[in-house]
Amino acid sequence: MSSNTLTAAEASGPHKPAGGFEGDRQDNTVRGVAQGYLNKLRAGDLGALPAVLGIVVLGILFTVLRPGTFLTPLNLANLLVQATPIIVLAMGLVFVLLLGEIDLSAGVVSGVCSAVLAQLLVQGGFSWPVAVLAAIAAGAVIGMFTGSLVGIIGIPSFVVTLALFLGFQGVTLRLIGQGGTVPVREPVIRALANENVPVTLGWVLAVLVAVAYAAVELWRWRSQRSRGLAHQPLIIVVARIAVIAAVVFGVTALLSVDRALAAAIDLAGIPYAVPLVVVLLLVLTFVLARTSFGRHVYAVGGNAEAARRAGINVTRIRVAAFVISSSLAAISGILATSRLSSVTPDAGAGNTLLYAVGAAVIGGTSLFGGRGRARDAVLGGLVIAIINNGLGLLGVAAYLNFIITGGVLLLAASVDAIARRRAATARR
Amino acid sequence: MSGSEPTPTTTLDRPTLSLRGVNKSFGAVQVLHDVHLDVYPGKVTALVGDNGAGKSTLIKSIAGIHPIDSGTVEFEGDPVQLNGPRDAARLGIEVVYQDLALADNLDVVQNMFLGRERKRGLLLDEASMEEAARDTLTKLSVRTLKSVRQLVSSLSGGQRQTVAIAKAVLWESKLVILDEPTAALGVAQTRQVLDLVRRLADTGHAVVFITHNMVDVFEVADRVAALYLGRIAADVPISDVDRTQVIELITSGRSGDLGLSADDLED
Repeated sequence: MSSNTLTAAEASGPHKPAGGFEGDRQDNTVRGVAQGYLNKLRAGDLGALPAVLGIVVLGILFTVLRPGTFLTPLNLANLLVQATPIIVLAMGLVFVLLLGEIDLSAGVVSGVCSAVLAQLLVQGGFSWPVAVLAAIAAGAVIGMFTGSLVGIIGIPSFVVTLALFLGFQGVTLRLIGQGGTVPVREPVIRALANENVPVTLGWVLAVLVAVAYAAVELWRWRSQRSRGLAHQPLIIVVARIAVIAAVVFGVTALLSVDRALAAAIDLAGIPYAVPLVVVLLLVLTFVLARTSFGRHVYAVGGNAEAARRAGINVTRIRVAAFVISSSLAAISGILATSRLSSVTPDAGAGNTLLYAVGAAVIGGTSLFGGRGRARDAVLGGLVIAIINNGLGLLGVAAYLNFIITGGVLLLAASVDAIARRRAATARR
Repeated sequence: MSGSEPTPTTTLDRPTLSLRGVNKSFGAVQVLHDVHLDVYPGKVTALVGDNGAGKSTLIKSIAGIHPIDSGTVEFEGDPVQLNGPRDAARLGIEVVYQDLALADNLDVVQNMFLGRERKRGLLLDEASMEEAARDTLTKLSVRTLKSVRQLVSSLSGGQRQTVAIAKAVLWESKLVILDEPTAALGVAQTRQVLDLVRRLADTGHAVVFITHNMVDVFEVADRVAALYLGRIAADVPISDVDRTQVIELITSGRSGDLGLSADDLED
């Protein structure tokens, strides 16, 4: 009986390891990381690749088709503001999708919450902090309700949220009134999407974000290396920091140009909605990647039975995911209200939800649960906004807009399904 | 092939787990009859028996999932009540189920600490978890993992089994119960897992190893306990029996002067 027969895994490796975990020590070369990334792609985990490709290809396409209008600071600022409600709604959906559930009511929940916001501001005469908190609280309560129906009673989320999709449209209609539109002129709410951070402050924030990101990444790399833990090569870490810094500074520079069409007006700076999205992105990424709650969300999505046996309260995680989703839907509703400066009875209905689901899935979040990140919502939301914005500039008929957006969602879902199949067959 | 593995010299210890006269019924069906079983530290006890003999019920009773109706359970000499999985976990009893219970989308470290993550304030303490996971795997001489940060979905069946077992060991467990750990594995992978089971015992754990495979039994077990229709037909050192006898004990409850008498099977 030999002490350790050579196994397939060992035999195929390039080195015969002395103590195992050779990957943690030897594969941290650039080539090793590149190889690992290729293997991941081949196994079906495309990550952010489709969304990044989508942004680049669509950006080039619309720039070529509409040279004078698409790639201008004014249009790009517009595009970003258009994207923010979709992105925030999609961020919430990521939590639900991670569990392998769906929330078809997220869009109309954002509508209900914006109706609550509008009526408290306009009819109730409350100050904006009260109205905003009430709107978010309304979202949280709705999420608690939805989550309880799914997690405690055990109705499939598809059915629960489909019913609520209809029901909440009625609630919004009741709150706003048939055919009515509630204009929201509250300056702070309006400022979110319509006013800009002063240019200097914008640069300060951009530098802060870039420096903080670099510091966190480098500090982690150093401590991992000094403790002999698995870590990436420094060059990859630096490259990632460089890309993030380039994007942050690039966008800031673009938005710091005076983009007013009339010379008399001064229109420059980052719209307030953008830093709000950045803050949400940071907070949600932290929750998903660095807290035990986030870890448990992934575990429940990956294998609910394993999570249950590990002592995780699966019901609590399910309810919490819906609470987060609906609360973020409320914030999305506030952003949409700000952009339109009003709330209509059909707020959040129509294609709002589809855009958000599309954003999450295009960004790389799986419809089957267990895979997804907060950043997926940002990347996918930008793809959706670019399509929407670009088709608008091209003056494409409304019917084509629907068909193309639906097609993109189907494409993303197909990529997701194929990725999942490949991942299943890649397992030896 | 016979048990040529060196047996540790810590013999004649008191049993880690000792069952006396354990009965368990589900409604009118009595599944366990007067079960006696001793499980020793540093030894692998193979629990064998045909389908329906009561193996699963027995381990679930030990794991606290199906509390027993009557009889006594002693853990390290002290009488204990096992009324839930938490009772068992508190004593240091860990069960590795056949269907594994690993989350494919998490890496090795994340799976090993699932539900019991180490934290520093709000943050997960990834560094200390990674170190502890690697220590445990190193102690078990697991050499087949490329990285402890590999996703479980990328592991082979044997490696997954290894991770599941290492997960059980991480918690200062004293008794590890393995439910058919080699059932779906190829030759090389079975080898890996059997080596690991041996090392588990060599590091002082009491191991209960459920299997249908006689080759596995004689390769790795120090003792063999055969269940027949809910009764322990034999609980003997592996050196006292040969393969034919074990198979007879499984299929008919007796073999020569070993096993159950006709009277035992009356009621």
